[in-house]
Amino acid sequence: MSSMTLRVAHLYPRLMNIYGDRGNIMCLRHRCEARGIGFELVELGIGDRFDAASADLIFAGGAQDREQRNVVEDLLATKADAVREAVEAGVVLLAVCGAYQLFGRFYRESTGAELPGVGIFDLHTEHPGEKAKRLIGNIVVEWDGPAAGFHHEDRARRGVPLQAAGTIVGFENHGGRTHLGAGVRPLATVRSGNGNNGADGTEGAVYRNAYGTYIHGSLLPKNPAFADHLIALALGRRYGEVELAAIDDRAEERAHAAALRLRP
Amino acid sequence: MNPRTTLAILAGKAAGGASRLLGRGGGTAIAGVAALRVDPHLVRDLAAQAGAGSIAVTGTNGKTTTTLMLNRIATAAGLRPLHNRSGSNMMRGVAAMLVEEASPSGSIADAARRLAILEVDEATLPEIVREVRPRVILFTNLFRDQLDRYGEVDTVARSWRSALGGQGTGDRGQPGTESLEPGLPTIVLNADDPAVAHLGRGYAGPVVYYGVEDASAGGDAVEHASDFRTCLECGADLAYTVTFYGHVGHWRCPSCGNARPAPDVRITRVATGDDGTEMTVATAEGELRVRLPLTGLYNAYNALAAVAGAAALGLPREATVTALEGFSAAFGRQERFQVEGRDVRVMLGKNPTGLNQVLRTVASRPGRKRILFFLNDGIADGRDISWIWDADYELVRPQTEWTLAAGTRAEDLALRLKYAGFGDEVAIEHDTGAAFQRAIEAAPEGETLYVLPTYTAMLEVREIIAKRAGAGHFWEE
Repeated sequence: MSSMTLRVAHLYPRLMNIYGDRGNIMCLRHRCEARGIGFELVELGIGDRFDAASADLIFAGGAQDREQRNVVEDLLATKADAVREAVEAGVVLLAVCGAYQLFGRFYRESTGAELPGVGIFDLHTEHPGEKAKRLIGNIVVEWDGPAAGFHHEDRARRGVPLQAAGTIVGFENHGGRTHLGAGVRPLATVRSGNGNNGADGTEGAVYRNAYGTYIHGSLLPKNPAFADHLIALALGRRYGEVELAAIDDRAEERAHAAALRLRP
Repeated sequence: MNPRTTLAILAGKAAGGASRLLGRGGGTAIAGVAALRVDPHLVRDLAAQAGAGSIAVTGTNGKTTTTLMLNRIATAAGLRPLHNRSGSNMMRGVAAMLVEEASPSGSIADAARRLAILEVDEATLPEIVREVRPRVILFTNLFRDQLDRYGEVDTVARSWRSALGGQGTGDRGQPGTESLEPGLPTIVLNADDPAVAHLGRGYAGPVVYYGVEDASAGGDAVEHASDFRTCLECGADLAYTVTFYGHVGHWRCPSCGNARPAPDVRITRVATGDDGTEMTVATAEGELRVRLPLTGLYNAYNALAAVAGAAALGLPREATVTALEGFSAAFGRQERFQVEGRDVRVMLGKNPTGLNQVLRTVASRPGRKRILFFLNDGIADGRDISWIWDADYELVRPQTEWTLAAGTRAEDLALRLKYAGFGDEVAIEHDTGAAFQRAIEAAPEGETLYVLPTYTAMLEVREIIAKRAGAGHFWEE
């Protein structure tokens, strides 16, 4: 176990970090180090090239509009092809909020103008106009973990927390409405809150080992089962079937359980 | 006075009085809501009576302390402030304060000596500028705060620009309204905050910049909790020779040459001790030496902003020095209480940058620390608590021997504290009174207890503390 190392590439940590995204990186690091798994972090900013073979997990968070515009140009120029190549090779991608939209096919502004995305997820996002309400609030979704080949029984056997399995909790804040195409499946079904578009009951998207979601809060710390799922997937590609040892998740479970009771 | 104004004042006074009788807080918001419903332009009519004009203070952090400092300076200068000091800083809070000050017939007593000092919510600034037309508008800083309510930080910056732009585009002097001051308002800007300093570019009226020159007060790394790290003119990464906190520092854009403006009012030397801060401030009129009884660089910035604001208002320098040296903390901002022999310090921290400044201040104080943290997710706190992951709780971990996570989101806070090294299962307590009782029991007599709440938690816990310390309700101050 201790010979394993999780190599994480964090895209634009300075520009895309609006909703406590640092917590996601802190969580990945903690859950590796608590198990004696090595953790390497590479932060990639404007102008840095990304090598598809260099990471097991790629993370990108939310940005403000101004910074998202700065990012798109650079992303398409220096990183998009390599990220796409990595995802096709089974590398794990976690894209939250702004990055989730950015990795879709396009973003349609309320004026009708379309901004191209990276196109990893077969989805697009539409801004319904300034008059439409932003989708803001606490969100609870039911996560379709088993469909990703990660069964609840496996989780129990491996000592991965069971209480958290099946739900993902957090906060959403987005104006855009995201609509999934045939090439992705939803990450989860909305129990309370809005999700992708506030209409079809879906939240997030999955393509191969690439995960996109609107949920922040930070996402991973209080969704330890989902965090472990991503870590196991990311390590599994290089090390074969990975068994993650149980770690102390009392504070995580408590925060998860409390979030299930919040009003949306 | 038009009859509508009179009706509005009566409605406001009735609503405020009823609310107080029912024990529902100071009645500050309710009186304003009731009065504005009857006369939406009430604030315009009443504020216009202030003979010394008005100053509006806005920004993410420091508004309450800066306006209270201005209040004390104005008072020392012989003026009578009209000040929404309860912290209710949207239009309804300003309206409520004016209703309280006005006679039923709609006149403000002693009008010639009145200076309106308005703490203004970031998102409310455009409306206040339109209604009140302040003589001076002071901006403290701009950081992420309550993204669920304000939207993105850029949205706030844009609304400020348009509020100022409106001042220069013939918005003023509509028929039938008399402008008290013919010129544009003076804007007072933090030169060290790139987002605030940017407001001065192209502004047609007078601009006063303030900033900290003493580089020894800063560091060389930009904190995680920074929001404007790229140039607002060209998008390139900003370069810093020194950073004081967040994205506040000596900045310049290596690409387009946009840079920190040379400040007109500046701290040339600052030394912060255990219980106070010594600072030297240079102004066009000469140097001021001030011994401020508050700690932390953020309070030096608040005092600097107040000096710059007072200078822009033309208040005498002696009044400024006297008021700052005799200053006592604003509501819940480094406020101190004696409770059963314990020195209780309440330090509001409601967003990552503000909390980091508080944590830094606590860490710089001597001795082992006992800290009661609160995290609430009320509307006034911001319902999204993800910001705790941007704050550096790690700063106080090494000297802390006792901690408790309280508030409506105590579980999230405890998890964040676990990550900061406070233990695998930090104790939590949802009941505010019980949490404070546990904290008092954990702090031996003669020791200091630090209480670090978010906004609504501060209101709750402060009331409990004030009762036990024998101080009155805030609206009776």
